[in-house]
Amino acid sequence: MTTATGQNEAQELSDSLDKAKLMSMLQRMLVIRRFEERTAQSYQQAKIGGFCHLYIGQEAVAVGSISALRDDDPIITAYRDHGHALARGMHPNYAMAEMFGKVTGCAKGKGGSMHFFDKPNHMYGGHAIVGGQVPLGIGLAFAIQYEQKQNVALACLGDGALNQGAFHEAMNLAAIWNLPAMIVLENNSYSMGTHINRGTAMADDLKQKAQSYGIRYAECDGMDVLDVYDCFAREAAATRGAENPQWERGAIPEYDKHGRTPGPVFINVKTYRYQGHSMSDPQKYRSKNEVQGYKDHRDPIQSLVQHLIEHGVATQEQIDEIDAEAKQLAKDAVKFANESPDTPIEEMYTDVYAEPFGPFKLGEAHEAFRGEE
Amino acid sequence: MAEEMRRDERVFLMGEEVAEYNGAYKVSQGMVEEFGPRRIVDAPISETGFSGLGVGAAMYGLRPIIEFMSWSFCLVAADQIINNAPKMLYMSGGQFGCPAVFRGNNGAGGQLGSTHSWSVESMFSSVPGLKMAIPSTPRDAKGLLKSSIRAEDPVFFLESERMLGFGARGDKDFSRYLHANGNGGPTWAPPAPEDDDNFLIPFGQAEVKKSGTDCTVVAFGRPVHFALEAAEQLEKEGIDVEVIDPRTVRPLDIDTIIESVKKTHYCVVVDQSWPFASVAAEVGMQVYENALDHLDNKVIRVNNDDVPAPYSRALEQEALPHARKIVEAVRAVTYNA
Repeated sequence: MTTATGQNEAQELSDSLDKAKLMSMLQRMLVIRRFEERTAQSYQQAKIGGFCHLYIGQEAVAVGSISALRDDDPIITAYRDHGHALARGMHPNYAMAEMFGKVTGCAKGKGGSMHFFDKPNHMYGGHAIVGGQVPLGIGLAFAIQYEQKQNVALACLGDGALNQGAFHEAMNLAAIWNLPAMIVLENNSYSMGTHINRGTAMADDLKQKAQSYGIRYAECDGMDVLDVYDCFAREAAATRGAENPQWERGAIPEYDKHGRTPGPVFINVKTYRYQGHSMSDPQKYRSKNEVQGYKDHRDPIQSLVQHLIEHGVATQEQIDEIDAEAKQLAKDAVKFANESPDTPIEEMYTDVYAEPFGPFKLGEAHEAFRGEE
Repeated sequence: MAEEMRRDERVFLMGEEVAEYNGAYKVSQGMVEEFGPRRIVDAPISETGFSGLGVGAAMYGLRPIIEFMSWSFCLVAADQIINNAPKMLYMSGGQFGCPAVFRGNNGAGGQLGSTHSWSVESMFSSVPGLKMAIPSTPRDAKGLLKSSIRAEDPVFFLESERMLGFGARGDKDFSRYLHANGNGGPTWAPPAPEDDDNFLIPFGQAEVKKSGTDCTVVAFGRPVHFALEAAEQLEKEGIDVEVIDPRTVRPLDIDTIIESVKKTHYCVVVDQSWPFASVAAEVGMQVYENALDHLDNKVIRVNNDDVPAPYSRALEQEALPHARKIVEAVRAVTYNA
């Protein structure tokens, strides 16, 4: 019943991926890496304001998980959201423009780095209050079940959110109603600068958190995109179509610490972030050797490149070409963001209300303006 | 709620004890029989969890009605209801709205002590992105609730435990003050159920609960009844009070209030939350901003006393913005008339 990675089964799954899918995963990871390098540069040039949290090092998590889902499965995440948006297919131009506070941004410059939204790509946002997005993700799963659709909702959180009540309440709701939710822990071991064991009881045995709610547990290596893909493909299949036992009146649900299939899952993805928590983090809480060790030996992009070459899927030249394109995309995104107009003051009063009144009607006058975008 | 649920399959009700218990206050009595447990959902005591669930479900396209047994219990869910719900549309650049209704009892109940006696209108009405309704009669409750469920924006719907059994505790019926409302009657109550499926009261439209010429009294929710009781007493003293019930705080129908003040030249504002930075303070300020030249005296606020709600019945009742305080305020403000 337990779904901790069974290596043989996993090998079979990713081995069946065709070249196009593998190359697209590599391409997305490289786009995220190069995009984030430009993000850091632009932040240092003060083109980007506020808080800014980079995804470098964790690329395999967003790319591996999202690649294993259907395009219309809703996803929601925390404030380290650039990777998820790009993995979901947001054009880097709109992502960069958002951080530059431009009207061409994915939220018209009203959200910023921590609040990326992309409705056409079913990306329900980056959310910046730690843990606060998990109940929202459960709401997406509830709505899927309510409408009897065959989707799953992906709700991502960082390890710092494990200790928020919102996470625990959401886990409980997912279990009692057997919601089609994939609750994904992007476990990079640090809640800002606090090591997970310093802030989270039983951090060495997170399976118990799932078991205590009767939710299926899985884990995978977040530095290995194929392992992530395998795990999510398998778990998504085991989550889709989850039915609510309480739709039958008078039913008294029973629980099993191994969870239900189909039913919700809690996935512990072990990963590592190379950069500080945010752009303003001198990283005094961990050693340079620790970071360098991951970069040298565990880098998710290098691992995939090695796999592709060893298996004859691609040549170094082909990979270099993809990387060059990714660099160009990132560079172009900065150019696009630079050249886009600031979000005009007139946009201040739009989008406060769907049905505006009083001063918020000021926004209505600018519908025409929005139409031009 | 049942009418709206019959009309729109996307509407569901979730809250503590709404289904099998028939509602802690019997508001949802019989609804699980009609709509089943898929749409009438008993939630565990997890306000953060289920109000956040409502926000997520609304983003996805459903129409949640999230019931708080009491608004006093919503405070543990503040991040979801005032950080997520009202800001989602703005932060997403217009992509994801939150058409959810959060409703429940507001204001002092019956000797529940301070933790259970919150009046949240002043605290929450300062948040842009949400709408807020505070009905004072069964008729307004119905029309405003239906409008709330159909609204595209998040609505905070503030009911009153003390008014749920309206009439049963010997409450006075002041409906005689109301002018005929279209279909023939001055009435507190909504029209008959069989022909009122589309009985909507739009937001931002105040109702003159009692017309008068000498002093404008603005009140929301349960204090409307205190104001009418005061008006009855003052009538005997020859002071003809006009009682205005804005019915919604966001949007606030300041125009109707200003029109009234221009006529009466005096204004008292009644509000059951604490006085500091309150709805009453806001209304008073807007009256100054819009009608200073028409005022013959200052505006006086009548709020709940500026103390945590006491348990003792005598103290609790005295703390409310009750009729005697309103009578005294009207007398004080109109002394120079």
